[in-house]
Amino acid sequence: MQTITTLQAVYHSLEQVMDPEIPVLNVLELGMITDVKVDIEGVHIKMIPTFAACPAIGLIKENIKNAVEKDLQMPAFVSVDKEVNWNSNRLTAEAKEKLRDFGIAPPVRHEGDVNLDMLVKVNCPHCGSENTYLRSPFGSTLCRALHFCKQCGMMFEQFKPLS
Amino acid sequence: MQIQQALQELITKMADDELVIGHRNSEWTGLGPVMEEDIAFSSMAQDKIGHALAFYRLLQEHFGGTDPDQFAFLRNAADFKCCHFVEMPIGSYEFSLMRHFLFDHAETVRYQALALSKFAPFQHLAGKAKGELKYHTLHADAWIIQLCTAGKDSRERMQSALDNSFQLAGGIFEPGPAEELLIAEEIYPGEAALYKQWLSHISPVIEKAGLVLPEMTAPVYGGRTGKHTPYLQQLLNEMGEVFRLDPEATW
Repeated sequence: MQTITTLQAVYHSLEQVMDPEIPVLNVLELGMITDVKVDIEGVHIKMIPTFAACPAIGLIKENIKNAVEKDLQMPAFVSVDKEVNWNSNRLTAEAKEKLRDFGIAPPVRHEGDVNLDMLVKVNCPHCGSENTYLRSPFGSTLCRALHFCKQCGMMFEQFKPLS
Repeated sequence: MQIQQALQELITKMADDELVIGHRNSEWTGLGPVMEEDIAFSSMAQDKIGHALAFYRLLQEHFGGTDPDQFAFLRNAADFKCCHFVEMPIGSYEFSLMRHFLFDHAETVRYQALALSKFAPFQHLAGKAKGELKYHTLHADAWIIQLCTAGKDSRERMQSALDNSFQLAGGIFEPGPAEELLIAEEIYPGEAALYKQWLSHISPVIEKAGLVLPEMTAPVYGGRTGKHTPYLQQLLNEMGEVFRLDPEATW
């Protein structure tokens, strides 16, 4: 009695798994999923953390497993992919748009290396002004930096570019 | 000594450095001079301990080592291979900041080298860590320059922090046993080479800050062979206190 399934169904299920710290983005938009395979045993999913020490990784793995098992009614095996490292170019264009709407400045695309300008020159996600400065490279989570907008007087966070 | 053993020694010392400096960084949580510094040291603590965990996992997966938590929390000071520099109490903010600057640049040159290692697991681990470390050195460089150019008192305190830290920082580069085997196999370039690269990394910032770099006359060795300051055992007692209440507990 094997449930007939398709990769599309798995991906549809993954679209429902949101990042616990950025609840507007799902794990696909974040570029955290590196491989999906379906075989007789069930669904095998490989994923990667954004930052190595991300404390949410255990929770995200569990959420993926639960969502896929519930939707597809078959066992799901989620493991961390040791062949691939996350970098901020993995964020999709939609993800960047959603981040901005959520009040977090998205990272600019890099060419393999992150330079100081990419960290410092950030447009305010609230008013769009370029008149901002980097207040601290560390924010409320490992993947965010703190900036201040001189135009609208708001503090804001940036999703850090990472090579 | 066999190459496998030399490699384990190398991984253990790097991991122990990361774990212990990570714990020291975490001691600033709630005590930072401004809130951003509180968050910065807490975030860096998280990164360091994450990198330590990745190294301990390498020991477990490639060398038949024990569970990373048990390895981290149940060993005594004499079994640790960290350098004295990371063991020292957080002291004043300028000491912690200077340690962060000197240590994190040393870590950067180390990871840059490991990213090219012939030991493949290092490439993956270091490739990830060196991107994250950029934020640590960016943070350190910005504060060093800012405080050193903020007035006479401030600059003098930073110079004295550098003078008090420099020989200790030399201990990061204490040569390991049989490291020539690792150099020959292109697993890593050895401590002397890393030391040179480190100097070339810190010198431009030191110069820009108007600090005077001391001579490295008596680097503080001993940590890599298990000889430690009394501060390490005190730190380990505190760090492992909860874990040792019930080592089998699942969290």
